[in-house]
Amino acid sequence: MAAQALTASFDKLRRSGFVALLSYALLAMIGVWLVGNFVQGPAEFTNVALIGLTNGAIYGMVALGYTLVYGILQLINFAHGDVFALSGLVASTIIISVLGLERDASVLAIVGGMLGTLIVIMIMFATINATIELVAYRRLRRAPRLAALITAVGMSFIVQNVSLALYDVNFRSIPSFIPRTEAIGLGEITYSWNKFAALVITVPVLILLTWFVRSTRQGKAMRAVAQDREASAMMGINVNRTISVTFAIAGALAGSAGLVYLLQFNMRYDTGFELGLIAFTAAVLGGIGNLSGAVLGALLIGFIQAFNEGLAWYTPGSDWTRTIVFGILIAILVFRPEGLLGERTPEGA
Amino acid sequence: MTAVEERLRSLGPGALLVPVVILLALLYPKYVESLGDAPLIGNFVPALGSMVIMIVFTMMAVGLNIVVGYAGLLDLGYVAFYAAGAYTSAWFASQQFDQWTFHFGSVGIAETVPGIHLSIWIVLLIAGIFTAITGILIGLPTLRLRGDYLAIVTLGFGEIIPQVVRNGDNVFGFDLTHGTFGISPIDSPGFGSVGESLGLPLSYQQSFDRAQWFYWTALVLLLITVFCSSQLRDSRLGRAWIAIREDETAAAAMGVPLMRTKTWSYAIGAFFGGVAGAFYASFKSGAFPADFYFNISIFLLCMVILGGMGSIWGVILGGMILGYLNVEGLATLGSELQGAGIDFDPTKYQFGFYGAIVVLMMLFRPTGLISERRHKRELELGVADTPLYDVTTEGADTDRDPSND
Repeated sequence: MAAQALTASFDKLRRSGFVALLSYALLAMIGVWLVGNFVQGPAEFTNVALIGLTNGAIYGMVALGYTLVYGILQLINFAHGDVFALSGLVASTIIISVLGLERDASVLAIVGGMLGTLIVIMIMFATINATIELVAYRRLRRAPRLAALITAVGMSFIVQNVSLALYDVNFRSIPSFIPRTEAIGLGEITYSWNKFAALVITVPVLILLTWFVRSTRQGKAMRAVAQDREASAMMGINVNRTISVTFAIAGALAGSAGLVYLLQFNMRYDTGFELGLIAFTAAVLGGIGNLSGAVLGALLIGFIQAFNEGLAWYTPGSDWTRTIVFGILIAILVFRPEGLLGERTPEGA
Repeated sequence: MTAVEERLRSLGPGALLVPVVILLALLYPKYVESLGDAPLIGNFVPALGSMVIMIVFTMMAVGLNIVVGYAGLLDLGYVAFYAAGAYTSAWFASQQFDQWTFHFGSVGIAETVPGIHLSIWIVLLIAGIFTAITGILIGLPTLRLRGDYLAIVTLGFGEIIPQVVRNGDNVFGFDLTHGTFGISPIDSPGFGSVGESLGLPLSYQQSFDRAQWFYWTALVLLLITVFCSSQLRDSRLGRAWIAIREDETAAAAMGVPLMRTKTWSYAIGAFFGGVAGAFYASFKSGAFPADFYFNISIFLLCMVILGGMGSIWGVILGGMILGYLNVEGLATLGSELQGAGIDFDPTKYQFGFYGAIVVLMMLFRPTGLISERRHKRELELGVADTPLYDVTTEGADTDRDPSND
């Protein structure tokens, strides 16, 4: 009975404008906090924002993988974050052991080497991700949705342990051959080359993806399958192949994200777990299934994280990042499950 | 007489198996040592201390089964309930709050020791109730979501609560959780001087047969959980859970109050998780934030899936198998392999094994080792899987006026 009364009062709260009022109040507080921090130190604030932008771009590529797969299969592909981590680790091997790139190599060798690695990684992880779908998820097309979700959780652990078996528990990194000197400098505001490189890779990849989904035949097939699987099968679309292609694209995105991440951070086998959850939160925040939503959500999460960890004036700090990110996730799912841009299929891409 | 016979027959051959298994389990401390000396299998026999941990985790799995197996709600954050239970035990039976001194039924410690010290038996109950309330509070806003969204929200809570615990050493100047250090020591269960005159130990921790007493207590707690769980399944509430699992819309049409029924499954599942967590904290004599990570939730889920969702005996079997592998089995196997000259450490990849088990079970035997009859039918014939939270008509299916329930 108590539970019922509580439910009723919760519903009443939801229906009244109270929740809306609360969220506006919260947004206003965040606004005050941001302005306050900006006034305290404009240059520092901008630098932190640039870090957020870079991280947000990386999250965006991973988030797109979640959102593409969710759009087409309504499956949260838990293994995606771990595929991302594995791709970064493999990229480090290619760069260090196969290509043997050094810090003092010529600019041409570095740029060529990075591009070559990017292409190899993207193809490799497109294949791996499509194989995961083939092995683990295809049999479960008609099973209850819970079954596929549980399988995805299991796959996540398998992929993570593959990374563990191949690379052990040590952190991997690559030599910092992209100089950390400033690419753009304006007084105290700096944006270093290695962060800028993240954008240089991310932006074309995103443009390419948008073009693919919007303008190609295969992209159209993807949108059709996302909208109605049976109807598109009747229209002669090869549904299984389309789903495979979607997984392949998601894998390629995870691969490129892995390389970009590696340019700035160390990685190890379990990096993908936390980052995967953050990216998933970003996808939900933007409206899962919606491509531009995923990027928007990822940038927002990137900013939130950077502000929380980098600002000084009344900031919770990095101890609370996880709580804040998941708090946002829960709040979004409870109060606005359709996300900010509110569409469930990639039609609006 | 015939009625009893009929009832026994309807229960099948399992009816005889159950008392035998319970008896064997109760006598385990008496023959574990001679079993350990047996050739070949001797090294693989779990010690009593390991058995306690296995039983505690199995108990949590049985609790999780109420949520996942009966009501069909995927909970990826069950570890939060475990943590809530463990910390309740740490608050009410340790020196954490040494600004107060309060003793009630505490055993084996001087009356002058500061902190709140309640009898562990009371603490177990408090932990269960506190955790159930936590479950209701988590459930109320989230249970209106369906399927995978619910899974994600629970996962979010499972991630937040450990971090809150870790950062909880300074809640506006108040040390609630003692941060990363955790709270230790926690008082031990016992029967005090009254129990001592009856031949029961005054305090488990100070008893010579400490493992044995912890083992029996854990076993009794598990049996209570199993009893409640099986009674609940056949109750009105249990049938409502299964109806919701099979078809939420039809269940609602038949007058099953969705929110209330789901919340109850959350609360009751959480209750057992809390009791198990509190008991485990008392057994380990500590609650540490590092114990409550996401993998535990998956580990428990894996037990439920391996055994068979919804099937109590299956979950117990799955729980004991995986618990054994986790606590002792993989390590023993590793050292045996080492002895045979193979350099491979299976404990390092334990979660890989669990992941593989989950995937293989889902692909090839989704009903688990011991299938529950109804679940089997569901998986074979399929269920009316309604689309998750339909955003175009927001909450049309679940957004009912609860005052009509």
